[in-house]
Amino acid sequence: MSLENPNAIEVREAVKRYGDFTALKTISLSIKDNEFFTLLGPSGCGKTTLLRMIAGFEDVTEGAIYLYDEEIAGLPPHKRPVNTVFQNYALFPHKTVLDNVAFGLQMRGNSKADSRKRAGEMLELVQLSQFAGRKPSQLSGGQQQRVALARALAPQPKVLLLDEPLSALDLKLRKAMQLELKHLQRETGITFIFVTHDQEEALTMSDRIAVMSSGELQQLGDAREIYESPRNMFVADFIGETNLLGVSVDRVEAGQAVCHLGGGHALTCAAVEDVAAGSDVHLSVRPERLFLTPEAESADGMKATVRENIFVGTDITTLVDLADGPQFTIRTSNSERGNKRIFEPGTPVFVNMEHGAARLLVD
Amino acid sequence: MAGGATSGGSAVTDTYKEARNWLLLPAWITLGFLVLAPVLLMLVYSFLTKEFRGGVIWEFSLAAYDQFFFDRGLFGDDPAQIEWTYIAIFWRSIWQAGVATLLSLAIGFPTAYFIATRPEKQRVIWVFLITIPYWVNLLIRTVSMRFLLRDEGPLNSFFMATGLVDGPIHMINTNFAVQVGLFYSYLPFMVLPIYAAVERYNFTLSEAAADLYANKWITLRHIVLPAVKPGVVAGCILVFVPSLGSFLAPDLLGGAKNFMIGSLIEEQFKGNAGNWPFGAAASMILLTMVLIILVIYARAQARSDKEAG
Amino acid sequence: MATRRYDIKSYSGFLQITLLCLFVLYAPLIVVAVYSLNASESIAVWEGFSLRWYADVFTGSESAKFKVAARNSFVIAIIAASVATTIATLAATAMVRGGKFRLRAWSFGLISLPLMVPEIVTAVATLIFFNSIGFERGLLTILLAHIAFCIPFAYLPISARMQSIEDTYEQAAQDLYATKRQAFTKILLPLMLPGIISGYLLAFIISLDDFIITNFVKGAGVETLPTAIFGAVKQGIKPNIMAISTMLLGFSILMVLISYLVSRTDKKP
Repeated sequence: MSLENPNAIEVREAVKRYGDFTALKTISLSIKDNEFFTLLGPSGCGKTTLLRMIAGFEDVTEGAIYLYDEEIAGLPPHKRPVNTVFQNYALFPHKTVLDNVAFGLQMRGNSKADSRKRAGEMLELVQLSQFAGRKPSQLSGGQQQRVALARALAPQPKVLLLDEPLSALDLKLRKAMQLELKHLQRETGITFIFVTHDQEEALTMSDRIAVMSSGELQQLGDAREIYESPRNMFVADFIGETNLLGVSVDRVEAGQAVCHLGGGHALTCAAVEDVAAGSDVHLSVRPERLFLTPEAESADGMKATVRENIFVGTDITTLVDLADGPQFTIRTSNSERGNKRIFEPGTPVFVNMEHGAARLLVD
Repeated sequence: MAGGATSGGSAVTDTYKEARNWLLLPAWITLGFLVLAPVLLMLVYSFLTKEFRGGVIWEFSLAAYDQFFFDRGLFGDDPAQIEWTYIAIFWRSIWQAGVATLLSLAIGFPTAYFIATRPEKQRVIWVFLITIPYWVNLLIRTVSMRFLLRDEGPLNSFFMATGLVDGPIHMINTNFAVQVGLFYSYLPFMVLPIYAAVERYNFTLSEAAADLYANKWITLRHIVLPAVKPGVVAGCILVFVPSLGSFLAPDLLGGAKNFMIGSLIEEQFKGNAGNWPFGAAASMILLTMVLIILVIYARAQARSDKEAG
Repeated sequence: MATRRYDIKSYSGFLQITLLCLFVLYAPLIVVAVYSLNASESIAVWEGFSLRWYADVFTGSESAKFKVAARNSFVIAIIAASVATTIATLAATAMVRGGKFRLRAWSFGLISLPLMVPEIVTAVATLIFFNSIGFERGLLTILLAHIAFCIPFAYLPISARMQSIEDTYEQAAQDLYATKRQAFTKILLPLMLPGIISGYLLAFIISLDDFIITNFVKGAGVETLPTAIFGAVKQGIKPNIMAISTMLLGFSILMVLISYLVSRTDKKP
């Protein structure tokens, strides 16, 4: 709708209902051209429904979906220039790898020979040329995944939809594929819309992330924004680990909110819109932005007792009980170079917060 | 995702929702005209007047049902008494089918259990062996049984050769022959559903029972049997229902004295001697009995499904 | 020397009963197959091996009758199975891929009706039906009755197969620019093939074997193999009947073998 490049996908006030059940509650979002965009959320949040609405497998109850400024909500799947990589790949078991990849090209009216030739080139791109004559069942999970990718990319779709395509792979392969997918997206310049419930995967790969829950868009932004400035309790809790603290706001002045925890510990943090003095709100502090000291380093240091240290490899997680207050989780990097200070259980300590670490949440 | 029959595949999906009526139309027409309509017409026929050369006169009459249940003497003017002839034939059919069912259960349950507890690769072969006879022509199987059971047949020759008996045991044209014939006809129907149920049974339950001091037979009776009961009930119905209306086994193995429903019905439509309304009425009574059994079964099934969640 | 493991699953005697079960199932068939090779005119005496009764089936005095009956049987079975399988495949597509709809339960009831109604009742009803509309009994009435009766037998394996095929394959095809019709013919049908073949074979065998319905709806003088065999057996079991029976038996086993192999080569997608 602007003079620049139009959006690849624009979802305008789309609603999806199944009978009485509302799967999507009025969602609007724009996905830019050439973007790696991720829909992230727990199962049942509506992310797959939204993806299937873009693909054409679900009709839109209300609202509209535009693909490069063209309304597509009424089109059947075979008339939409978007392709999908399915969760279980859905490779046709009775066709060879080559014929699987050639299928879309052939359906678009290319000759059989032509389609096969281009399918062969696609297989080269994903380094599976030597398996062209095999049936999908003769390939490993990772290879099937790449065939599915080649098949979906072969007809050069305007947008590629990926429905949790990595969920069936083991951890190592998944990590490798994450990078490969990211590179593929850069090379082809095709807009990718990626659906996942794995927040780490989303943070690793995406240009922008839409966090969804119970059929609603919770927050939209790049990885850093989503992680460091969660808008609400759900996002703060769903992305990474965090300390969620119930606080009361004492006063708001000069963009800063002064609050107190149970036990009377005072905290100061950046205020957000519509937070008023006297209200009870939540506050999120990431565990890696807290640290312990034997003595109070500033006025904000909170007196606590170490309860337990848990060794998790890269880090050490420490649980502390605030005097008369809630429990905190603190993460310290397991590195000699960092100021690794470990205290035995029972030790009285002070909990300190890095500047700007506390974030007020809109409930 | 949430919201039902969309992703995930299996069960009912709606890809061809728009075309479904057209896709079903041939089945509706064929089965509607060639099965449903005929059964309804048969119901009508059972209330018509018989024509003596076979066929009917289109006049309402309860004569067929009256003849089935009441005896009004030779000229039809005596006071009505219960007519036992046909009731006895029905009762014999139920009895014969029941004995055949119990016989099938006695042999079929251990067989199904044994097969289901074999290693997976062997199971396929055992099941295959059990199913083959089902594919063999029922008529040929019944004829084979008749051949085997004859007085001068191979079974009697064997018994006499081994000196077990002096003269042939008379088996053909007895109730026993019919029971064996029915048992033999429908045995695979008993084995297969029980097999399927035992295969799904979780043997950890048997281990738990053994751990809690139950011996094997108590475990079988109180743990395995309740768990596989749906399969047992399905097997019994699959044997009992076709046995009830069977024609070949009683006709070829039972002879004239051991008449069952099937033969009674068949006779009403043979040549010119028959009584079509009476045949239709007897068919309706048989059909009603079968449908009652199936409805009771379906109800029980629905209830146990609900209990299972 | 190890102590015998206490096997929670096994019960003594069950193996013996299973063997008895197989014996009961197979003994009559084997006996007939063996006696069909008897050289003797009489079925009671064994006079050594001979194929004379097989030759008799093809050249003997009754051969013409049996040839006509066999031709009728096979022609009817081929047509009935083909039509029933087609109808069943379409119906299964509607039932398994047509979503939930009000007529679904009724349609399923109608399709399984021939399985619930005792065969002799179906036979009587069909006879009455043809008679009341003045349809002259003959090969055509047999064929029509067989088509209807075979539909549920073809339907069950076909719909079971379709339920095991995830609909994502068709969705993937549509996503790759195939129309619904193309997704059906190029993807769903090929995947359905094993189910369709077993449905066809089952329908074929059911039609070939049917005696009761055929006996009711056939016209006078029209015979299929089962009715011809039944008629002959009523006169007493003769060796040539055993030869025919053995051939039919072999044919059935061949069919079940094919069906077994089809289902085995098919690895679930």
